[in-house]
Amino acid sequence: MTHQTFNRRQWLAAGAALAAGGLSACAGVTGGPSLGRVVVVGGGFGGATAARYLKLWGGSIDVTLVERNPTFISCPISNLVVGGHKQMADITRGYEGLVAAGVKVIQGEVSAIDSAGKSVRLADGRTLPYDRLVVSPGIDFMPEQVGGLKAALDSGQVAHSWKAGPQTVALRRQLEAMPDGGVFALSIPKVPYRCPPGPYERACMVASYLKQYKPKSKVLVLDANPEIQSKKALFEKAFSQHYAGLLEYRANSELKEVSNGGKLAKLEFEDIKADVLNVVPPQRAADIAVAAGLVNMNQRWVGVNWQTMESTAVPGVHVLGDATFPAPLMPKSGHMANQHAKVAAAAIIQLLRGEAVNPTPVVMNTCYSFVTARDVIHVASVHQYIEAEKTFKTVAGSGGVSAAANQIEGKYALSWADNIWSDALG
Amino acid sequence: MRSRHLLLALPLAAAAAGGHAQDATLARNLAATCANCHGTTGVAKGEMKSLAGRPADELLKLVADFKSGAQPATIMHQIAKGYTDDQMRLIAGFYAAQPAKR
Repeated sequence: MTHQTFNRRQWLAAGAALAAGGLSACAGVTGGPSLGRVVVVGGGFGGATAARYLKLWGGSIDVTLVERNPTFISCPISNLVVGGHKQMADITRGYEGLVAAGVKVIQGEVSAIDSAGKSVRLADGRTLPYDRLVVSPGIDFMPEQVGGLKAALDSGQVAHSWKAGPQTVALRRQLEAMPDGGVFALSIPKVPYRCPPGPYERACMVASYLKQYKPKSKVLVLDANPEIQSKKALFEKAFSQHYAGLLEYRANSELKEVSNGGKLAKLEFEDIKADVLNVVPPQRAADIAVAAGLVNMNQRWVGVNWQTMESTAVPGVHVLGDATFPAPLMPKSGHMANQHAKVAAAAIIQLLRGEAVNPTPVVMNTCYSFVTARDVIHVASVHQYIEAEKTFKTVAGSGGVSAAANQIEGKYALSWADNIWSDALG
Repeated sequence: MRSRHLLLALPLAAAAAGGHAQDATLARNLAATCANCHGTTGVAKGEMKSLAGRPADELLKLVADFKSGAQPATIMHQIAKGYTDDQMRLIAGFYAAQPAKR
């Protein structure tokens, strides 16, 4: 009921915005001149939030969002789809809320960024000039680091499912087709990668499905890292409490090669046969960040000025989310990308107005992980900008993890998703 | 004498107005760090608590109780400790001023 009313108002607002645009095009009297043009590349957690808050806070700024996909599909909660506890429709949202907020949404592919000429070129030939550019590109993979992985991914023999969408569905189908008594192997790359607790949540979700429907099966977690990378004690507890005999965790088990049609995982000293091999590949800032010359940290990530999120490599370009080289203890998460976006939106508005930017930005992170269909654990942190060190640092004594997995946070986790999707998309 | 007072007073008033605008922007920015859970304008969905339209004193008391442990929480006791008292006052003031329902 509330939701319907909200939508109706949004569409009324969209109509009003269109009418105002028509008038200002005539005379520029009613709305006043635009504060500037901002193009946002990428409509995930970072880009969508930036577009929405630029309009919310900046009013007369012309905001154009370019996104290649027709809908927003959330990585958070997607492991529940893999586990069979949620459907794709539950993690899919449209961009109509942003349109209603006055954002021009273009479904398209960015082919080039001309930072000297301050314009973005689209694959269909269009050119979008900007005064400030936001790039929230997410990650792309480095499959070349694992022998045979690129071919296995390209052919569909192996799913990564580390970008939600068709890959999520593909992994779910492989899991459904797996025989009872089969082996599901999950490969986790060395840090840093998107969503530190995500692979361990996935292991739990796969195990929860197998425990109920194919209890003779086995989940092998092959972690390239020396230990669980987030909420360690809580995940260890979940593994032993709920999935003893079904789930086996192996540290220091880096994947070296995929062969035999995606059914054989070769580690340094051991070969593992799997009925379903799910590989989370090593990651870097996405292709468009590389092409735009934004990647200047370890040949993988984008350095940013944390006060403004502006790239340290290319002036006038603000980069958000997983693609950034993180501040100390800052996770690559959708929540953090949403927080980056708000720092960037505030700074961009002040820069366009010729004002000083906020000297004391704050960001925070909350990440919920499902260990069963209902039991959830969290990790939270608050990061204050430290002027003297020009970076964000976590506040001593703040943040932390759940005391134990619990069902109250199971409800909070789903509400978290509902609220952050709305905060980003309207 | 009077005109001299007036001359002195004007820049002070201007400075105060500038400071107020800065505070309002800072409050808005800080409150936005809460918005992904509590709603963009403090009206939350589902299990999360709405903050919009609640008296600032009530919100500040709640935060203090989260910090002290007097109010049990799953997560807010950890998050509350990441903000300074001044920041919490700005956040509480921002949400107190938002309409309770859209």
